[in-house]
Formats: sequence, C-alpha cells, structure tokens
Amino acid sequence: MTTPSYPYHLQPTRVRAEFFRLLPISLFVIAFGAAFGLAATQEGLEPLQALLMSTVVFAGASQFAAVDMWGAEVSLVPMMAVVFAINSRHLLMGASLYPMLRDMSPGRRYALLLLLTDANWAVSAQEYQNGRRNLEVIVGGGLALWLAWVLGTGLGVYFGGLLRDPHSLGLDMVLGCFLLAMALGGRKTPRTLVAWAVAALASLAAWYWLPPNTHVVVGALAGGVIGFFWLEPRRTIDHAEDQAQ
Amino acid sequence: MTLETSTTGILIIIALMALVTLATRWGGVFIMSFVRINPRIESFINTMASSVLIAIIVPMAFSGDAGAIAALVTTAVIMLVSQRALPAIGAGIAAAALIRFLLG
Repeated sequence: MTTPSYPYHLQPTRVRAEFFRLLPISLFVIAFGAAFGLAATQEGLEPLQALLMSTVVFAGASQFAAVDMWGAEVSLVPMMAVVFAINSRHLLMGASLYPMLRDMSPGRRYALLLLLTDANWAVSAQEYQNGRRNLEVIVGGGLALWLAWVLGTGLGVYFGGLLRDPHSLGLDMVLGCFLLAMALGGRKTPRTLVAWAVAALASLAAWYWLPPNTHVVVGALAGGVIGFFWLEPRRTIDHAEDQAQ
Repeated sequence: MTLETSTTGILIIIALMALVTLATRWGGVFIMSFVRINPRIESFINTMASSVLIAIIVPMAFSGDAGAIAALVTTAVIMLVSQRALPAIGAGIAAAALIRFLLG
C-alpha cells in the first residue's frame, strides 16, 4: 500500500449518541471516583493532586493501588510495576481494536486511545463481535466516563463523607456486572465458549499462583490461543460494505 | 529508588503513572501496526477480546463475598434470558446490596 487511505471517519452524531448511551454507567463511575477521592485524601494527597491524578491517569483500579502504597516516601519501581500490571489489560484491549483502528490515521488513532477504558471498550468489542464497527463509543462514551471519573474524584476530595460505604449499596459491583452483561451480549459460538472456559481456568490459576495483577492478561491470552488454533469458518467483517454506510 | 512525597515528588509520581498508563493504552495498537493481520491473527484477537472480560470477572467472583457472587449470577441470568443490559446490571447491583444488607 503506497498511499494509505483511512476510510473510518468518526461520525459526530454517533459520538454524541454514545456519550449519552454511557451516561447511566457514568453515574456509577462518579461513585467510584468519590470513593477514590476520599481514599486519596486519607492517604495524604492534596485535593488538587488527587484531581490531577484522575485527570491524567484515568485508570481507577491502578490509582486505588497506587494511593494504597502511599507514604512519606514512595518506592517508584514497585509502584510503577503495579500500575503497569493492573493496566496491562489496555495492551490487549487496544490490540483488539486494531482491525478498526488501522482504518483511521495514526494521529486520530492514538488520540482516540487516550479515552480507552474498560466500559467503552467492552461496548465496542461486543458490537464488533456482532458485526458492527463502533469506535464512536470509545470517544463519546470515553468522554462521559472520564468526566464522571474526574467529577467523582472532586466530590470525594471535597465532600468525602457523602459516600462512605459504596460497598453496602453494591456499587463496587457495577463494573463487574457491566462487563459480564457485555460478555454475555456478544456472539456465543462453541469456539467462544471453549475459549471462555480456558480463559476462566487460566485466570484463576494465575490468580492463585502467579504474581498479583497478572490474571487478566494470562487468562485473555490463554483464551486467544484457542482462537489462534480454531478458526471460525465465518468471514471477517466486510470492509467494503462497512465503508458504504 | 524512593521518592519523597513532597509537592514536586507527588507531581513526578503522578506524571510517571500517567506515562506508564499511556504506554499500556498505546502499546497494544503500536505493536499490532507491525503485525500483518491474517484470518488466524484476527481470530486470535477476537477470541482474546471476549476472554478479557471473562478473565476479569471469574477471579472477581471467586475472591468476592456472597454479595459479589449474587450480583454476578443475577446479572448473568437476566442477561441470558432478556439480552437487555441495563435491567441485568441494575438487578445485579440490587442483589449485592440486598445480600449484604441481609448478611451484614
């Protein structure tokens, strides 16, 4: 290919629609953000520092882990290793979007990835399994999630007492339930089910026996191996048809 | 290597966290841009994608309390029956809250 063409153009109306579509889940993200803000200030971060962290890091689980390791001094290498391990699932999530992202110029591609996180990726991946190409949800949905995360952090650092116990309301399970619903809403073929079984066993084995925070990557790669050796007879998504819409 | 959590130190820590996280957001796509996509690779990444969710959820269920398990089971059942995500998620959260209220 001498002249690369990038047929995927984000449609502003769809980006807006996806923003509103992920608003309900974003409300729950506000609650997580508040819990993070509270935890961060309790560990000694200034409100503005916690807000800055949420704004530029935008990865909840790793931020909780980092403030957990906070003290008068911080050991940089262990902390960054934990942050990397928890967020290493982004590597796989980004890679899985590549068949769509390669149809987008590198500048847009990497800008879009700034907003990549679990919930918007899960929607996009599920739709891709069902034969729809949706990168708009990464942008629109990601923006909703990011705003919610920053707003929630702000509420937590300034009004921490508001939501002392998200656990008792079941709010810690929002993301788990959301991701599970996305998984079960995707196409289920015998191949997928075998891959899930392998992924489940591998992630549990890693959970018990491998270093902490490696289970997601181990399980996902183990599931992927099934796909590598067991090809589905279905055709890949017809790109020509997709461009026409 | 340790860093004092002075104002400058904290800013450096936050910047490093942001860079490490950015590397994970960009890295997968960057590596894939050197990979020639054939049906086998495409099959690998598609199966891997749906396995990411399972690999997050299953250990969460196994290490979670009764409320967590109730939430995931409820969501799974309603999702499989109705294929509607929002009611499934809502019922799952309610199930966790209920079980924790009853057992707590």
